[in-house]
Amino acid sequence: MASQRFTHHISQQFDNELEAIRSRVLDMGGLIEDHLNKVLEALSNADADLAEDVANRDDQGNAYETEIDERCTEILLRRQPAASDLRLVLAVSKTITDLERVGDEVEKIGRIVLNLVTADVPRSFYLSLLSIGHHVKRTLHRALDTFARTDSHAAVQVAGVDPEIDEETNAIMRQMITYVLEDPRSITRVLDIVLAARAFERIGDHANNICENVIYYVEGKNVRHTALEDIEREIGTE
Amino acid sequence: MTNDQERPAADSAVDTRPLPPRDRRVAGPSPAPETIEECIAVRDLNLYYGDKKALAGVNLSVGKNRVTAFIGPSGCGKSTLLRCFNRMNDLIEGVRIEGRIELHGRNIFDQSVDVAALRRKVGMVFQKPNPFPKSIFENVAYGLRIQGVKQRRILNRVVEKALRGAALWDEVKDRLHENALGLSGGQQQRLVIARAIAIEPEILLLDEPASALDPISTLKIEELIYELKEQYTIVIVTHNMQQAARVSDFTAFMYLGELVEFGRTKTLFTTPRNRRTEDYITGRYG
Repeated sequence: MASQRFTHHISQQFDNELEAIRSRVLDMGGLIEDHLNKVLEALSNADADLAEDVANRDDQGNAYETEIDERCTEILLRRQPAASDLRLVLAVSKTITDLERVGDEVEKIGRIVLNLVTADVPRSFYLSLLSIGHHVKRTLHRALDTFARTDSHAAVQVAGVDPEIDEETNAIMRQMITYVLEDPRSITRVLDIVLAARAFERIGDHANNICENVIYYVEGKNVRHTALEDIEREIGTE
Repeated sequence: MTNDQERPAADSAVDTRPLPPRDRRVAGPSPAPETIEECIAVRDLNLYYGDKKALAGVNLSVGKNRVTAFIGPSGCGKSTLLRCFNRMNDLIEGVRIEGRIELHGRNIFDQSVDVAALRRKVGMVFQKPNPFPKSIFENVAYGLRIQGVKQRRILNRVVEKALRGAALWDEVKDRLHENALGLSGGQQQRLVIARAIAIEPEILLLDEPASALDPISTLKIEELIYELKEQYTIVIVTHNMQQAARVSDFTAFMYLGELVEFGRTKTLFTTPRNRRTEDYITGRYG
């Protein structure tokens, strides 16, 4: 079904409009990914300036969301799209909401990193955050890649990663609890780390949603709230 | 109460067990399967205008009290198929039909079928409103009069009911005896629908009923279709895909005399199975 992209509408302008929202989503995705990379870099290098910088960049993602949202509204109004065109507009509309929320989570993480770094929390204390962060970063990248290639089979694979991220979050929670038990004074930094882990986990959830949007666009199937095995069975993995 | 301070506070206060994996399945009630009674069944229908094959192997089931829309480019055979349902094609020279159309199980092409009776059961409305050059009242009463109904009381009742049914009563009740040609296009079309439903058919065939009307009159006709399906089975041919999407329960996409895809309107317009359907409804080069 991916080949649909290569047949053209009778209206060339309509083709251009659809292609524009698609590529703007990828631009937005690139921006959000860049912010996520920077926050991980700040965490890794204990770089307070960089952390603060990322924490103040959320408005860029918001601007993208507003712009693409307006384009979607205009397409719905002017073109009354059907079938795969309609599904593309809906998938784009949902995906930008997810990306915008990823941006919010990155902003939160940026502030937490700033706290941790300025409080001189030892790096060993938050190493596990780096691990989940990189995992989430790869997942988001792959999710955006399935969107770029409109590859629903890859999207199913990427969606399968989400439980691993959830498990990783749980592991961090357990670890942090032991820290508190050892030294109740660590509660402030532990809370920071728990909140950051939770934010990373949410990013993983949004990456998962993006995959579901891709599956909806390509296959026309709404797989939200569907177990992974059922999705695989329904669309068949190659 | 034992010594509070010695109690290992954390064990009881914090649950360190991992969260259960989220169950992504939602155990909601699944909607009961809808039962739809079949009204018309088209079976292996071929139709030729002379040598030209205009319908090729059409199989289709029209559900009772549902709106079924036929869409497709000009010349795809949708009006031809519609006109088969009340044997309007009988009037065209050189038409040859193979296959069956069953109305409640009975083939309408049978020798024994009374065509006039069939057309009473299967009413039709055309693209251009075609009221008779008579009063509004007489237009609606016409079908009954040719059936021999003379009692004024019955005629009054039926005319009012039909005009109400066609959502025209309030607009014309004070001028029933004025000439119908003085009505607006949209009103004329609703008058023609009133004339069709006055003889209480089972099925209404609408051949582009709104394509000559302005947007407001179009919406009134669409609203009317929505109301009429309570009582009638409706088949509509339309060039306006948004209209098909708005008013119909089922949609058939036809192309070059073939039925390419037939299914629930919602499914056909969001996830068509056939590539040609997709190309047509999204406005792509076929």
